[in-house]
Amino acid sequence: MSKISNTMAWIDERIPLTATWNKHVGQYYAPKNFNFWYYFGSLALLVLVIQIVTGIFLTMNYKPDGDLAFKSVEYIMRDVNWGWLIRYMHSTGASMFFVVVYLHMMRAIMYGSYKKPRELLWIFGMLIYLMLMAEAFMGYLLPWGQMSYWGAQVIISLFGAIPFVGDAITLWLRGDYVVSDATLNRFFALHVIAMPLVLVGLVFVHIIALHEVGSNNPDGVDIKKVKGADGKPLDGIPFHPYYTVKDMIGVAVFLIIFFAIVFFAPEMGGYFLEHANFVPADPLKTPEHIAPVWYFTPYYAILRAIPIKLLGVISMFAAIAVLFFLPWIDRNPVRSIRYRSTAYKVILAAFVISFLVLGYYGLQPVTPVGTFISRLCSVIYFGFFIALFFISKNEKTKPVPERVNY
Amino acid sequence: MNLLNNLSVSRNSAKALKAVASLVVAGLVAGTPQFAYTAGDSGVELEHFSPVRTDRALQRGARTYVNYCQGCHTADYHRYAQLAEDLGLSEKDVLENLVFTTDANGEQTKIGELIGSNMSADYAKTAFGVVPPNLALVSRSRGSDWLYTYMKSFYLDQSRPLGANNTVYANVGMPHVLADLQGWQQPVYHDDGAGHKVLDGFQQVTEGKLSAEEYDATISDLVSFLDYLGDPSKEARHSLGIKVMLFLFLFLVLAVLLKKEYWKDIPHNN
Repeated sequence: MSKISNTMAWIDERIPLTATWNKHVGQYYAPKNFNFWYYFGSLALLVLVIQIVTGIFLTMNYKPDGDLAFKSVEYIMRDVNWGWLIRYMHSTGASMFFVVVYLHMMRAIMYGSYKKPRELLWIFGMLIYLMLMAEAFMGYLLPWGQMSYWGAQVIISLFGAIPFVGDAITLWLRGDYVVSDATLNRFFALHVIAMPLVLVGLVFVHIIALHEVGSNNPDGVDIKKVKGADGKPLDGIPFHPYYTVKDMIGVAVFLIIFFAIVFFAPEMGGYFLEHANFVPADPLKTPEHIAPVWYFTPYYAILRAIPIKLLGVISMFAAIAVLFFLPWIDRNPVRSIRYRSTAYKVILAAFVISFLVLGYYGLQPVTPVGTFISRLCSVIYFGFFIALFFISKNEKTKPVPERVNY
Repeated sequence: MNLLNNLSVSRNSAKALKAVASLVVAGLVAGTPQFAYTAGDSGVELEHFSPVRTDRALQRGARTYVNYCQGCHTADYHRYAQLAEDLGLSEKDVLENLVFTTDANGEQTKIGELIGSNMSADYAKTAFGVVPPNLALVSRSRGSDWLYTYMKSFYLDQSRPLGANNTVYANVGMPHVLADLQGWQQPVYHDDGAGHKVLDGFQQVTEGKLSAEEYDATISDLVSFLDYLGDPSKEARHSLGIKVMLFLFLFLVLAVLLKKEYWKDIPHNN
């Protein structure tokens, strides 16, 4: 035996290194018909790593202090070697995280990846999405610009709409009567320690859950049903090397887009870094137009569309919460959109369009037309789930093939 | 400064009260004039301006900045030494020609220090009601089109405390500091038929030291300099970005070839 295999044997007697590698990578059999939509899981993991690594370096020079925070960000941008690169990677990474996660969720919805036996996988994924929103929201306060400050002020004040305990909750969240140094400090702690720990833990169980039940695919076919003489799925291929080399293409294309933004358009026209956030936070001056960053705007549009504040807040949170129940709302056993009815395709298209339109109007100042369209799209957004519940019960589906299309 | 000196140490509570009062006043004053973030909020069409990044333009802009802006506005996120390096100047050149500020000991500001202003916040509040904004990031919050148009839109208005108003930023607190260069002008409006005044342009009232073209060139250099102050790493970013893009495209080609090589083994079903 060579020195390397000796070492491996020594380790394997003590911890299951080879077995773990084989279970999750070397002999994890994934369907061979993955398409474009299947790049975004590995890309989400890549962005998570980018955010953690750049975040560590930002923390070395950032000061979580109401008087120093804004200046320390400019110190990073100007005086720290490569500070601008680290900071722009982190700010671009935040937005790109949501781009990747939204596409990843879209994939899961289109191909029914939340259906039995992947309900827990979907719920863990939704929890990641929820935590990611909390992480992004808290991170956005840290530069302590005008939009950081007033965005946090608006979002935290939403909890004030809760009857009886609302004011007490907002006070408890902020640690002060307004967003202040106390808020900044706790958001910093949560952003750099608490949330990342929870996120990494959830990503771990998300992957464990995936590898327990196996990956779905664009045909929604269960590849474990058709196995070869060796007991391996006929339509499955080992994740490594086939999907590691394929995902490298995804990584290359993603990094081209990612670094094109970092190097040539880090503000993305004010969508990734808002113009007002280049002005230090000022509790005495409310900006004329407060809009959250683009990835929150569909929910923000729902909030603003509803005239009663409490009902708006409930609807906003319900818009996210309803997604958790998707595995039970969709009662059709056919997974993939490829074999589902026209009615399903129509309501899904309406759902996607309403989400995008809500995202657009969430960025705009309030106008009567905008409010009308936001209301219409809010109805379509929630209507999708109601329609899905009924349509999926007795849906006319096409026959699902035995084997995948490849 | 006088305000501060007059307060004795034993009158700390009075001092605190005064500080709170001045904050509230500052807030009220700041709230009254139009508060515009996005370009063109005033409804005035902005002139498009593309900042110039040549050393000569930025050096001229820096000269205008230290002569006309720095007296009131700080830019204390950026350092003189970085300015020297980025504008192709020696530290000696910068110290002799561009550093007119002094430190706490009354000595000339050191080259490694931040580009501040010698006007204290307290004096600014007394004189203008608000502290003039830090200009280091103004090009990123306002945009260069806004800055370029704004600097050309001051006009004579005796109803204002400092005799000047601005069509881009109505009732602005800032005086027309470049009036000796530009001279004074007055806006010319026409009625759009619906009772709204529409700005046609400006009419020169008194001549300045510079012709209209020379003044435009001065503003062009100044706004280019402010654009540099807001985003000093832009050139480094672009040049590194091209190299990174080339590398990534090469990596993509190799990744595609590698994937094809491996995936040759995978049989098709149909």
